[in-house]
Amino acid sequence: MGAQLRVYKRRIRSVTATKKITKAMEMIAASRVVKAQRKVAASTPYATELTRAVTAVGTGSNTKHPLTTQAETVTRSAVLLLTSDRGLAGAFNSNSIKAAEQLTERLEREGKQVDIYIVGRRGVAHYNFRERKIAESWTGFTDEPTYADAKKVAAPLIEAIEKDTADGGVDELHIVYTEFVSMMTQQALDARLLPLSLEEVAEEAPSKGELLPLYDFEPSAEDVLDALLPRYVESRIYNALLQSAASKHAATRRAMKSATDNAGELIETLTRLANQARQAEITQEISEIVGGASALADATAGSD
Amino acid sequence: MAAELHVALVAADREVWSGQATLVVARTTSGDIGVMPGHQPLLGVLESGPVTIRTSEGGTVVAAVHGGFISFADDKLSLLAEIAELSDEIDVQRAERELERAKAVGDAAAERRADVRLRAATAR
Repeated sequence: MGAQLRVYKRRIRSVTATKKITKAMEMIAASRVVKAQRKVAASTPYATELTRAVTAVGTGSNTKHPLTTQAETVTRSAVLLLTSDRGLAGAFNSNSIKAAEQLTERLEREGKQVDIYIVGRRGVAHYNFRERKIAESWTGFTDEPTYADAKKVAAPLIEAIEKDTADGGVDELHIVYTEFVSMMTQQALDARLLPLSLEEVAEEAPSKGELLPLYDFEPSAEDVLDALLPRYVESRIYNALLQSAASKHAATRRAMKSATDNAGELIETLTRLANQARQAEITQEISEIVGGASALADATAGSD
Repeated sequence: MAAELHVALVAADREVWSGQATLVVARTTSGDIGVMPGHQPLLGVLESGPVTIRTSEGGTVVAAVHGGFISFADDKLSLLAEIAELSDEIDVQRAERELERAKAVGDAAAERRADVRLRAATAR
């Protein structure tokens, strides 16, 4: 076998192996998207009921709470960025990081100091590489977040917002995550989580237009609101974590699908080249034999 | 037919139980409360404790609920909890082990959780 042909054969073998791996990863990601979507759906009843309850307190009483009151001058804001632990997901992480950078820039232009909180190893690595300060980070659960993880993330954020700005507390909380629109579309976006405006919640509530009854609060409206708002924030963060996970798996699936397609194309091209090389080799051999035979014949004819 | 109320018991990550009931007893921070159809609209904070639901078919559903809220309006009652388990989902042996372990280390929260689980499981 000629040297050229051997090189082609070797490359075909290695690309075929890579293709098998990317195909497997594509299928794993596809099954995980479905699972993640099911988790998003399973968490919906809780979120809906909680939103209803918050709306009820918000409209049924005029209680003030640190989580709902807007500071007069916002000097420091917190940005929570949700990325994934692992890459191989196309532009998934860079899109959400870019969205966070834009938000940070906008907030800084408004004269606010920005504290950044990060979920996911990719985001942490990005900020560490640029030697930028991270207020707090969490890793290790982005593929399958649980409610306990959301609580863990929410706790220091709620604490920071309840603290006075002078003592290192923050005035508002933004979240940057990737919304799962459909299997093909995921969108990085930012939203202000706190301070919560009860009017906005009321607008989001599914029971729009329905007249809310006058509730009897047990033990009191303040206590209910006190207990309710942190849960509401946790549930929003939980939802964002789940959507990010689903988006990440969808992005991985897409990236791996195009990798598999590209590998297939490459194999086809390489096979053509290998065939050509083989054919060229055969042609050369034939012409060598023919040339040799006629040279022999000439030599015998000459000696006669 | 007696009046009924629709109950939805939802945990943070799933719907635990839903159906028609005639009476729901839950523990709020200011004491046990029983809700029957036609109760006035109510929104309360739950303590961790067992919740008893008397279903329309005459059966009883007991669940261990750890913190959360109860909200009732228009004969629709929702129980929101971060963690909620039906009594027949509870692994009694595991809860007992958990209770002993919590007592040994003096973890009051874990002890309470295990205790609530056991009470819900035995009330079945």
